[in-house]
Amino acid sequence: MSSSGSITAEPPVLEAPPNAGPGARSYTNALVFLAPAAFFLGVWVLYPMIYTVARSFFGRTGFGEFVGIDNYKALFENDVILKSIENSAIWVAIVPAIITALGLIFAVLTERVRWSVAFKTVVFMPMAISLFATGVIWHVMYLKDPSQGAINATIGGVRSAFVSSGPIQDAQPSSPAIVGSTSKGFSLKTPVHPGQVALIGLTGIPPDDLPASAKQAVAPTATGSEIDGVVWRDFSPGGGTPGKVEPQELGIPGATVALKDTSGKTVQSTKTGDDGAFTFKDVAAGSYTTTVAPSTFSSAFGGVSWLGSKLITPSIIIAYIWVWAGFAMVVIGAGLAAMPRDVLEAARTDGATEWQVFRRVTVPLLAPVLSVVFITMLINVLKVFDIVVSIAPGSTQSDASVIAVQMWRQSFGGVNDFGLGSAIAVFLFILVIPVLMLNVRRFRREV
Amino acid sequence: MNRTRLAFALLAVPLAGLAAGCGGSGGGGGGASGSSDVKGSISITGVWTGDEQKAFQAVLDGFTAKYPNVKVKYNPSGDNTPTVLSTAVQGGNPPDLASVSQPGLMKDFQKKGALKPLDFAKSDISDNYPADFVKLGTIDGKLYGLIFKGANKSTVWYNVKSFKDAGVDPPKTWDDLIKDASTLKASGVTPFSVGGADGWTLTDLFENIYLRQAGGDMYDKLSDHTIKWTDPSVTKALTTMGQYLQSGDIAGGTSGALQTDFPTSVSNVFSATPKAALVAEGDFVPGVVASSNPLKPIDGYNVFPFPSVDGSAESVVGGGDTIMMFKDSPAAEALIKYLATPEASEIWAGKGGFSSPNKNLDTSVYPDEITKTTASALATTKVFRFDMSDLQPAAFGGTVGQGEFKIFQDFLKNPSNVNGIASALEDSAAKAYASK
Repeated sequence: MSSSGSITAEPPVLEAPPNAGPGARSYTNALVFLAPAAFFLGVWVLYPMIYTVARSFFGRTGFGEFVGIDNYKALFENDVILKSIENSAIWVAIVPAIITALGLIFAVLTERVRWSVAFKTVVFMPMAISLFATGVIWHVMYLKDPSQGAINATIGGVRSAFVSSGPIQDAQPSSPAIVGSTSKGFSLKTPVHPGQVALIGLTGIPPDDLPASAKQAVAPTATGSEIDGVVWRDFSPGGGTPGKVEPQELGIPGATVALKDTSGKTVQSTKTGDDGAFTFKDVAAGSYTTTVAPSTFSSAFGGVSWLGSKLITPSIIIAYIWVWAGFAMVVIGAGLAAMPRDVLEAARTDGATEWQVFRRVTVPLLAPVLSVVFITMLINVLKVFDIVVSIAPGSTQSDASVIAVQMWRQSFGGVNDFGLGSAIAVFLFILVIPVLMLNVRRFRREV
Repeated sequence: MNRTRLAFALLAVPLAGLAAGCGGSGGGGGGASGSSDVKGSISITGVWTGDEQKAFQAVLDGFTAKYPNVKVKYNPSGDNTPTVLSTAVQGGNPPDLASVSQPGLMKDFQKKGALKPLDFAKSDISDNYPADFVKLGTIDGKLYGLIFKGANKSTVWYNVKSFKDAGVDPPKTWDDLIKDASTLKASGVTPFSVGGADGWTLTDLFENIYLRQAGGDMYDKLSDHTIKWTDPSVTKALTTMGQYLQSGDIAGGTSGALQTDFPTSVSNVFSATPKAALVAEGDFVPGVVASSNPLKPIDGYNVFPFPSVDGSAESVVGGGDTIMMFKDSPAAEALIKYLATPEASEIWAGKGGFSSPNKNLDTSVYPDEITKTTASALATTKVFRFDMSDLQPAAFGGTVGQGEFKIFQDFLKNPSNVNGIASALEDSAAKAYASK
């Protein structure tokens, strides 16, 4: 039961006696009818509320340890709780407005499309899933590893259409004689001259990454005006000697090797054979650099850190909006259906554009419904809990934390400090009061 | 109304019922020594549920076969055990015996005077259990707890093929581990998998390093917070730990590891295309492998003890379920004595999922080689210490998103910030111990 229950349920209790009229009998009748509701309200609402307020002035060990307002001070001294208050403020500022706006847009648009029922069903469907389950689903979709998280898999898929992909995923220089990276290419530090050899050994390549055609690498021999070389996986079990071609070390087939002169201009380019060997023929005298081109490698997409400390709150908010936009759409849609059509037609007849009709007629007429949605979402957002716990991994739970999560954490979720937990509960209750008063006033007006 | 109170109220009602149900059976019986002369009935509330409950029931059946006139009723209460027991003790109606996973709980009950000492079985227990385990059950010189079921958290699990491809053998020392890591990396596989989304995997790693580097005495002092977390021994251990947490050596890098929960950290190592070569976690890893990966023990995955740091002796950080006694009776005493025997442990060990600290247990009863390795380390290790984060106030050592878990995750983000992390740990610990 939510906080709204206690206050919205009170007016009938207060109004009952005047209606009962004079006479002890009708008074008893009223009491008999009120007793069950009053009993449950007392047990489930009133007593826990008073208990919580009282408990918030006592320490961890119980009612024996009076601490005054220390728990309330701790609210504003504890970093984790402060962060959760800040996050709750972000939620309140952003989420109800976006959900109401989205609901309004969906509701107005679905009035005009042919497949509106199908569309409405799809948008409303997330409401049928529990928030916790929604959180679990989104958690998996947000995972960083593109082979696990659907969202990063999509981004990676789109990206691979634009970024070149070579046969080898990752590599590192095997010795200090080689410099570079997979994005810049690997080259020998010292220049080579015709008649010399170029040994470009790379490590960090999983054995399964090499094509099946790869053969044992062979150390090249230099001849005349040629530059001969080999690009190979410079690793044999146990490590081997870096920079030396040894048994069990395979050549890297299909690597693009460029020969550049001192001005950085590519003179020749070739591909390695199955044993990783390459040859540049008829090279003019001079010094050159040999580079394994970046196109040999496909730089793997590591994934966007949706669940990392920076993006976690926006990520959760997106999931939350996904759930509640349908609710807003349905409620606003109902309001729209009940709206007098003649007003809209009158406006159109008077020459108003569709935008003017929407802005000047539809929205003002829908204002009461919009405010119901907005206030409902405001209350929901203040007590948002399960989706935060289920989406945020442990490492960013404190970055994603909101007040309700802290209320649980500090009391049940590990800390076991019911005093502090109660203080957070009371604080949350105080935050909800203005919204409740707004709601109650609106109820009164409507009645 | 608010959520806290509602949840508490909802919880309290069934718990009170449970508590009332599980106490109250008390043992009668005569004082004679013959096994059929011991009469009475015993109630036990414990953490073991499901398969563990069945296995423990088999142990109890072994007891009742010996003592036909004793009735034993086991009430499983799983994760709720602390609440169930606290409520029962508060209501003055505890079970005869109980098993709990939290060593702190035994101390709490002892302080309240709710526990009966097990000194009558002192020789049975110290004959069968290593000194460190007896010490863990001892408060103020009196024995109150028997750690019947142990857990070994000083194990490292590796992908056999990755090690073979790289031509490395399981390392015995920390330096070898770091050296093997660079060889593994050169062979094209990321060496380590870290489940950084769960803070406890990081505290386990720290505790293993700290126990080896600083020794058992310092470990005890740090557990009690009689030395500060800014102590040089801590910063030294953090520096060592930093060698393990280098972003290039961890599957997914630092930011990936922070989002990797424990089961995924295991899958990373044992999936069809492994993302890492090894994962350092406790003896519960094979269960995760079995549930989600095709690899088989020995050929596919294997285990080695957490390597020695700076020449340390064989040490184990672990956990365990402690049996304690609330009500004294000849029947309850007989059961405690029985549970201390190797026979009792062998019954459960043969069924699997059990590591016994009992040093006289015949290790051939363990169902497979891997369990035999990890379990026998408990009984033979030179030094055993309980998982430190379980000994600390929960606000510091056991809460997601704050305290030790959170700060070690910050350390994973930036492993060079040793001093900053040490003082953050000290700040958080000081607050938690002050309000304990």
